[in-house]
Amino acid sequence: MRSKNPPASAGSQVSAIPFWRDAGKRAFIFQLAALFTVGGLGYYLFSNTQANLARQSIATGFDFLNKEASFEIAESLIGYSAADTYARALLVGVLNTLKVAFIGIILTTILGTVIGVSRLSSNWLVSRLSALFIEVMQNIPVLLQLFFWYAIFYEAFPAPQQALNPIKGVFLCNRGLIFAIPEAHNAHTVMGWILIAVLVGGWFLNRWARRRQEAIGESFPVLRVTLFMALLLPLLAWVAYGTPTAMNIPELRGFNFSGGLSVSPEFSALLLGLVLYTSAFVAEIVRAGIQSIGRGQIEAAMALGLRPGQILQLVILPQSLRVIIPPLTSQMLNLTKNSSLAVAIGYTDFVAVTNTTINQTGQAIEGVAMIMAVYLLFSLSTSVFMNWYNKRMALVER
Amino acid sequence: MTELAAVRREQLKPPVVDIGVIGWLHKNLFNTWYNSILTVCMVVVLGLLLPPLFKWAFVDSVWYSSAEACHDIDGACWSVIPHNIRFIIFGFFPEGQEWRPALAMFLLLALVVYSRKRSRWQSSLGCLWAVSLTVMGILMYGGIFGMPVVETSQWSGLPLTLMLSFFGMVAAYPLGIMLAIGRRSRMPAIKSLCIVYIEMIRGVPLISLLFMSSIMFPLFLPEGISINKVLRAQVAIILFTAAYIAEVVRGGLQAMPRGQYEAAESLGLTYNQTLRLIILPQALKIVIPPTVGILLSAFKDTSLVVIIALYDVLKTTKVTLSNPKWTGCSTEAYIFLALLYFVFCYAMSSYSRRLEKELDTSY
Repeated sequence: MRSKNPPASAGSQVSAIPFWRDAGKRAFIFQLAALFTVGGLGYYLFSNTQANLARQSIATGFDFLNKEASFEIAESLIGYSAADTYARALLVGVLNTLKVAFIGIILTTILGTVIGVSRLSSNWLVSRLSALFIEVMQNIPVLLQLFFWYAIFYEAFPAPQQALNPIKGVFLCNRGLIFAIPEAHNAHTVMGWILIAVLVGGWFLNRWARRRQEAIGESFPVLRVTLFMALLLPLLAWVAYGTPTAMNIPELRGFNFSGGLSVSPEFSALLLGLVLYTSAFVAEIVRAGIQSIGRGQIEAAMALGLRPGQILQLVILPQSLRVIIPPLTSQMLNLTKNSSLAVAIGYTDFVAVTNTTINQTGQAIEGVAMIMAVYLLFSLSTSVFMNWYNKRMALVER
Repeated sequence: MTELAAVRREQLKPPVVDIGVIGWLHKNLFNTWYNSILTVCMVVVLGLLLPPLFKWAFVDSVWYSSAEACHDIDGACWSVIPHNIRFIIFGFFPEGQEWRPALAMFLLLALVVYSRKRSRWQSSLGCLWAVSLTVMGILMYGGIFGMPVVETSQWSGLPLTLMLSFFGMVAAYPLGIMLAIGRRSRMPAIKSLCIVYIEMIRGVPLISLLFMSSIMFPLFLPEGISINKVLRAQVAIILFTAAYIAEVVRGGLQAMPRGQYEAAESLGLTYNQTLRLIILPQALKIVIPPTVGILLSAFKDTSLVVIIALYDVLKTTKVTLSNPKWTGCSTEAYIFLALLYFVFCYAMSSYSRRLEKELDTSY
């Protein structure tokens, strides 16, 4: 259009475009306005907060972390007493969160995979039951499930005096699950180290076997050898130490058990609720991942003469894991975030400890900021891992 | 001759293991040896579990008895529900006014059911929604037509749950779309603001936002101004859900081929027109199923307001159970509540599956 205009000097042509028609300038002004609005809002809230804090004479800052917490925490992985500082109490909380998340993630992966595979089973009953499980678990809020399991543990199970005793050495009561553990012995430590050594050796064996197969085309049963060694070597060590069998058996003393290992009802309810809820979602992810493999892939593998186990290991898994892992990671993150619901049933996770801290010190801003920072740290480290994984697994195309 | 034909017909019948009940059993339950073992194990487990459960729930149970009668039985005490249903559903809504939230909820559900067909998604439906929401608001708050005013602090139970989740979804949707567009923007400042917001919200649990709304937010406001607790929780839920919707919508935007933008540009459409007329209608259609998934979890997540002591339907149930008369009936009450949630969520998820099928234009 402009070419039809009477020729004018270049300078006047540029100035003829008003600034609101210039995309570059408009964008600049728009962004400036947005930043100004956000900054202004932030400043407004900040100044209000300052005024409010000054009026209520609440000190800001993280000085309270070094003060004495003076509250007990029921479960702790590290030594803790009410005389310790808030910082240590919060550390106990973080460790408790990590504990439930770690065990939960392992159990969820196993249960979710089993149910996802059963959903695809040719057995009508198994497939229907898995579908029922998935529907029920997905459609009930996880908090309600936690309350439900907690109520079961607390109300349906008897007091310690009448504890259920399904197997010798295992007690079920409203104080939780208490079971016998082997008495501490040198042999157990040695067995543990041997097991780790075998697993590391298995990893190297796997690398060697792959290189050998690429070179001469012969395969080596890595998994079977490693499993066999992992069973045999610790057993040999156990025998060499004279087969120690002493058990630390829980005993009823007064109103509670002593000895053995006990799992509190809060922890059990939280773990059970989170695992059942999340594994329903994991099952759907696993199912979708397996179904994403074309029928032709499996038929081609069969035509090549691979055994069913080899088809699973060499053809199905490598491809479906690429589909499964990203959503699976986000479900694991969800599980970690949902573990914050522990506060509702009295398990002392990080949020519960922070909540108590806020109630005692009134440091609401610092407390909420710490909760957010800790969970953001979990999320960010997960997404760093995911980016690395996606780069590694991305399909290399021409 | 006829005898021979009869014999031949007899022989032509398919083997008995391929047809009828036996055929079905053979094909679906006993087709391989491990499936047979699996079936037998499952049947044994179910046989051990189901009869006691059935006995607990239906045989030994009581349905309308008093609280005292519940202590003497082995079965389920379903009586906790009929005795407390008013409080569980309506919470602290004034006595005698229950018809108002009941009517409002009925209106909401009727509208949702009416809107389920895509052929009815027109602007007139939007007007209908606007009118009905106003009517629902009037019904709940009162103040005119001789209905006494009911403050929002008294809104509790199921109406509160539905309100928090419904407005959470409705307000989060446009906000999420704006965030998604912002994240795809070419302006660095807008883009980074949106990214920071989305990633931060998605990285923290909802409960931290609820804590923020309940204990931190009062500090943000100037002296003398306070916003009520329900509204603060509502805002937290909206902000949370919007970040998740933004990620889903971004997926839809990314799926749009460049050609669509270029074609719109060459037609002379402005950026806003391009988005409104070309990109969003297609992008939002692609992401309807995952969006319903987000809305579904938003609905379930409203139950978290229990933790900041708002009286949603889960909290009213818990209050009922804290009454010493009814302690010990938690399982029954929670099962009832689970059924309630299940009905809503199952309806939503099966609707999403149906939409997915309808919208699937591939062949």
